[in-house]
Amino acid sequence: MEVEEVKLPGVGLRHDFACANGRRIGVVSLKSGGRQLIVYDDKDPDAVQVAIDLDAEEATVLAELLGAPRVIERLNRLREQVDGLATSGIPLSTDSPYAGRVMGEAAIRTRTGASIVAIVRGDEVTPSPTPDFRLRPEDRVIVVGTDEGVRAAADILNPPATAS
Amino acid sequence: MHLDATARLLLELGAVLLGLGVLGRLAGRLGLSPVPLYLIAGLAFGTGGVFPVEAPQGFFSTGAEIGVILLLLMIGLEYSPEDLLDNLRTQAPVGLIDLVVNGVPGILFAMAMGWGATAAVAMFGITAISSSGIISKVLSDMGRLGNRETPAILGILVLEDLAMAVYLPIITSLAAASGGLTALWSVLIALAVLAVVLFGALRYGALVTRFVASRSNEVLLLRLLGLALLVAGLAEAAHVSAAVGAFLLGIALSADVAERIHSILEPLRDIFAAVFFVFFGLSTDPSELPAVIVPAIALAAVGVVTKYVSGWVAGRRAGVGRPGRIRAGSALVARGEFSIIIAGLVATSVTAKLAPTAAAYVLVLAVLGPLAPRFAEPLARRLAR
Repeated sequence: MEVEEVKLPGVGLRHDFACANGRRIGVVSLKSGGRQLIVYDDKDPDAVQVAIDLDAEEATVLAELLGAPRVIERLNRLREQVDGLATSGIPLSTDSPYAGRVMGEAAIRTRTGASIVAIVRGDEVTPSPTPDFRLRPEDRVIVVGTDEGVRAAADILNPPATAS
Repeated sequence: MHLDATARLLLELGAVLLGLGVLGRLAGRLGLSPVPLYLIAGLAFGTGGVFPVEAPQGFFSTGAEIGVILLLLMIGLEYSPEDLLDNLRTQAPVGLIDLVVNGVPGILFAMAMGWGATAAVAMFGITAISSSGIISKVLSDMGRLGNRETPAILGILVLEDLAMAVYLPIITSLAAASGGLTALWSVLIALAVLAVVLFGALRYGALVTRFVASRSNEVLLLRLLGLALLVAGLAEAAHVSAAVGAFLLGIALSADVAERIHSILEPLRDIFAAVFFVFFGLSTDPSELPAVIVPAIALAAVGVVTKYVSGWVAGRRAGVGRPGRIRAGSALVARGEFSIIIAGLVATSVTAKLAPTAAAYVLVLAVLGPLAPRFAEPLARRLAR
């Protein structure tokens, strides 16, 4: 896929490319900072059929929506991060070694430094679970700690499949 | 009722400016450029007009000068030296064709009317140069910035601006000089000064930018305006023409300041540009119009056809299909600020008929300018099928 770049003297820059389905789309970057999303006419490949003006903020939002899956993931993770503090809701898989056992046996705090602050089971939330709380598959374990601690807790609760 | 001078000045000036505002809004509603309406307002308010206003003449006269300077300063700001040189290198033949095809009818017209050599040179410029201001707005309003013929259109505008930088000193010298040999000498000196200033602008642009820049908007504005007027005045003294001086200053200023300057200067430019058009109308006697209106319309019709030729050639060179070439031509039809600037420069040195003819010519084409692309659209679409 070749992106064509054309200078528009006095206006800015234009980038456009052809999609696999034949439609040509692109972006006009204005010197003033705004962007214009352009979609070319399929009957006349030289003419722009739709031109939508976006200010700098709108352009960023659109860019993020287009790069969505990764971004939403990052956004979720960001929301759960407060200055070096990470949180995560770890769903307990059915083949977790701790499904059916009490929480204390996982010894998450001792092994990772992260704390289990709540268990979400369906609609029911159990805050500050005691060590004798019996875990069930599909439980969501809410863990708070450092990045590494949270990651380690996830690995303990759902050990990655090892090649046998 | 006898009013004292100040009251009269304020009342008349206020009335005119308010009127311009109303006209501007009307133009926006109709999808037209406000330029022709400003011209008509000037014609109506000037000597021999419907409502002659005399008190603000001094303001309008000075304002018009400042308007030209700001117009050209901001056009120069849009371009970097690279833009100019790139376009010159790649599009020179197209620019030449555009100037010749469109300018020659002007020369022939002046000769046919028996107006003399200076008027012929002036008419060349008046018919050849399209209005960058009107065209950029039309392209933007119609969402055509992304069209593939647009770079060709913009390229022609850049080349025309460059041509103006050389042309204006020539016409200024011709208008000021009395006879053949002094005129030639004057032109040569002007071009030499132009070359020096252009070189300085390209080389020392960073210095100029640093001098003008300041964190305070107020200081920036004062320094910039002061420098622009100074440079314009020096250029005028050297017969290089104030407009070209401002244009070169705009080019010298670098891109990072350009954005900030653009937003600060734009309101000023809008006011003074409006004053500029009104002033031209003010100094044109509308009673001369009926005599020249028919030849002006004929010349305008030729001017439309010749711009379609320019657009076709430019489009074909850019590899654009037939509908795009027609769109390019239709976009280029508009004449405006440059034609009026040229007419204003020579007004006192040539036949009195030139100013009204130029006014009528620009009126027709400034109205047609935004309309032509809209009418070209169905034609172009039919060609695309």
